[in-house]
Amino acid sequence: MEKEKTHLFDKPQNVKRLLIIFFSTVILLFILDFFVHKHAHFPFETWPVFYAIFGFVACVILVLVSRFVLRPLVKRREDYYE
Amino acid sequence: MSNVMPPFVIFILGALVIPFLNERVRSVYVVALPVVGFINLLLIPVDTLMTVNFLDYQLTLVRIDRLSLAFGYIFHIAAFVTAIYILHVRKNLEYVAGFIYSGAALGAIFAGDLFTFFVFWETLTVGSVMLIWARCTKRSSSAGFRYLMIHVTGGLSLLAGIVMMVNETGSIAFGNIGLTGLSSWLIFFGFGVNCAWPFLHTWLTDAYPEATIGGTVFLSAFTTKTAVYALARAYPGTELLIWIGVVMAAFPIFFAVIENDLRRVLAYSLVNQVGFMVVGIGIGTELAINGAVAHAFNDILFKGLLFMSMGAVMYRTGKINATDLGGLYKSMPWTAGFCIVGAASISAFPLFSGFVSKSMVMSAAGEGHMVGVWLVLLFASAGVFHHAGIKIPFFAFFGHDAGHRVKEAPKHMLIAMGITAFLCIFNGTFYKPLYAVLPYPALYEPYTLSHVVTQTELLFYSALAFTLLLLSGIYPAEIRAVNIDFDWFYRKPLNAFVNGVALCLNGFNRTMDRLLVRELTGAVNEVATNAMAIVAWAIMSPFVKKGVPLGPGQGSLKTRVDLAFATGTSPVGLFAACAGLFIVMLFVFI
Repeated sequence: MEKEKTHLFDKPQNVKRLLIIFFSTVILLFILDFFVHKHAHFPFETWPVFYAIFGFVACVILVLVSRFVLRPLVKRREDYYE
Repeated sequence: MSNVMPPFVIFILGALVIPFLNERVRSVYVVALPVVGFINLLLIPVDTLMTVNFLDYQLTLVRIDRLSLAFGYIFHIAAFVTAIYILHVRKNLEYVAGFIYSGAALGAIFAGDLFTFFVFWETLTVGSVMLIWARCTKRSSSAGFRYLMIHVTGGLSLLAGIVMMVNETGSIAFGNIGLTGLSSWLIFFGFGVNCAWPFLHTWLTDAYPEATIGGTVFLSAFTTKTAVYALARAYPGTELLIWIGVVMAAFPIFFAVIENDLRRVLAYSLVNQVGFMVVGIGIGTELAINGAVAHAFNDILFKGLLFMSMGAVMYRTGKINATDLGGLYKSMPWTAGFCIVGAASISAFPLFSGFVSKSMVMSAAGEGHMVGVWLVLLFASAGVFHHAGIKIPFFAFFGHDAGHRVKEAPKHMLIAMGITAFLCIFNGTFYKPLYAVLPYPALYEPYTLSHVVTQTELLFYSALAFTLLLLSGIYPAEIRAVNIDFDWFYRKPLNAFVNGVALCLNGFNRTMDRLLVRELTGAVNEVATNAMAIVAWAIMSPFVKKGVPLGPGQGSLKTRVDLAFATGTSPVGLFAACAGLFIVMLFVFI
C-alpha cells in the first residue's frame, strides 16, 4: 500500500514551531502596547494592555459560561426533535 | 433612461427562462445574468425614480439613492458568486429559486413605496423557503415549514402596519417612519422578524443549516440584509435598536461555542454580526449608518465565503458536524485557505474586511459615550473570533484528523470562493472604494497605529485564551447533541398544545359525529319509517297474543303488520284512500 504523504502538521516540531511563533507574537504585542499612543473614547482604553486583558478574560468567561452554564441547560439528545 | 430597466426585472424574468435551457447554456446564463444586471444598475443614474400608476396610487417601483445603491451593488456581487458556486447543481429549482429570491431582495431595497416593498418582501420569503425545501429531506421540509410560518407572521404584522399607516397618512411613501403609533410598531416588528431579533432569531438558526449547500450561501446574503436596509431606511436613530442589537451581538456567541453543526455555528455568528449593524442603525449618526451599511456589505462577503467553504466540505465529505471532521487541510488546502480568509475577515483582523467596517460602529458607540454598548460590542468582537474565526477552520481543517481523504472542492466552487476571498482582502486593504459607495461621506480612517495594535492585541489574546483552554482540556469538546434554543417553545410545548387541543377537539368531534350524525339520525329515521307499524302494533297489542301464529303457513301478527306497512298494503292505506276520496268529493261537489 502506498504510504500517505506527510503533511505540515503531522510533524510535532511544526506544531511546536507554530506555537512558539504565536506565543512570541503575544509577548511582543504585550510589550508594544506600552509604546503606542492610543486614541481613546473612554479613559480605561488607555490603561496599559487593556485590550489584551479584555480579550483574554472575555474569551475565558465565554468558554466557561458556555460549557458550564449554557450547555447543561440546553443540551439534548441528537434525536430530541425527531 | 429608456434602455435601462428595474434591477429586479432582470433577475425575476431571467429566472423564469432557466427551465427552458439545457445544462451547458444554463451554466453560462446564470453567471451572465448578474453581470447584465450589474451593468444595468451602473447605467441607472443616482436619484432615479421609476413610477407606475396603479389604481389610485402612484407606485415607485425603483428608487435609486445612495442607501439603496450600496445594497444593490453587493446583492449583485452575492448573486454572481453564488451562481458560480452552485454550478454543480443539476436541478433547475435551486437556480430559479435563487434568482427569484435575489431578485425579490433587489426589488425590496429599491422599492420607493410601501406597497411595492411589501410585495417583494413576501416574494423574498417564497424564494427562500424553496431553497430550504430543495434539500428534499424530512428535516429540511419541516424546518422550511417552521421558517414559512414565522415569516408569514412577520409579513402579516408588516401588512397590518402598512394598511393602518396608509389609512392614517394617506401616503404609501416608504421613508423614515420612526416609532410613533401602533402602525409603526407593527411595521417595526415585521422588519424585526426578518432581521432575526432575539427570540425571533430561531427561524435562522433552525432553517439555514437545513438548506441545500448553495441555498445557505444565497440565504446568508439577502433576507437579514434586506431587513437591515429596511431598518436603516425607516428607523435610523431609534434607541431601542441599540439595545436589540447589543443583545443580538452578544448572546449567539455562547450558543456558537457549544454547537456541533458548523453551518449552525455560522448561523449564530450571522445573528451576531447583524447585531453590530442593528446597533449602528440605532445610534443613527452618519458614521454609525455608514458603519452598518459597510458591515452589511462586508458580512455578505465573508459570511458567504465561510458558508461556501463549509458547503464545499459538506459536498466532499458528506459531513458537517465538528465531531465528524478535522484534518481536512491535507486534502482540501485551497478550501482551508479561503476559509481562513473568511475567518480573518469576520474577526476583523487588520487588512481583512471586517476591520474597516465593524470599527465604524464601535467608534460611533464610542463617540456617543455609550460605555455599556461599547463594552458588549468589544466582548462580541473577541467572541466572534473565538467561534467563527478559530473554531470553524480549526475543527474542520485542523484539530484531530478524522481520516477523510477526499478531493479538493470542485473548480467552480474554488473560483467562487477565490473571488470572494479576494474581495474580502481588497475591501480590508483598499477600503476607499467601499467607503465611496456608503450613504454618507466617509471621513473615517481605520488604519491608525492605535487601532491596528489594539485590535491585534484583542484578537491575539482571545486566541491565547483558546489555545490555553484547548491545551488544558477545559475547552468544551464537541458533542453529538442538539442545543435547544427559543424554537423549543414552538417545537415542543406549542406543538404539544396543538396536539392536545387537536386530540380534545377531534375527539369531541368524533363522539358527536357518532352520536348525533350516525346513531341519533339513524334511530330517528328508523322510527319515522316504521312509525305507522309501531303505532298500529301498539294499539293492537293489548287485544292479541304475542308471537302466536295465526294459522299454518302464516307468520305471527307482528310479522304481518310489519310486512303490510313495508309493502304499503296495510288496511290503513285503504282507509286513508277512502278518506282522501271523500275529501276530493266534498271539494268537487260543494
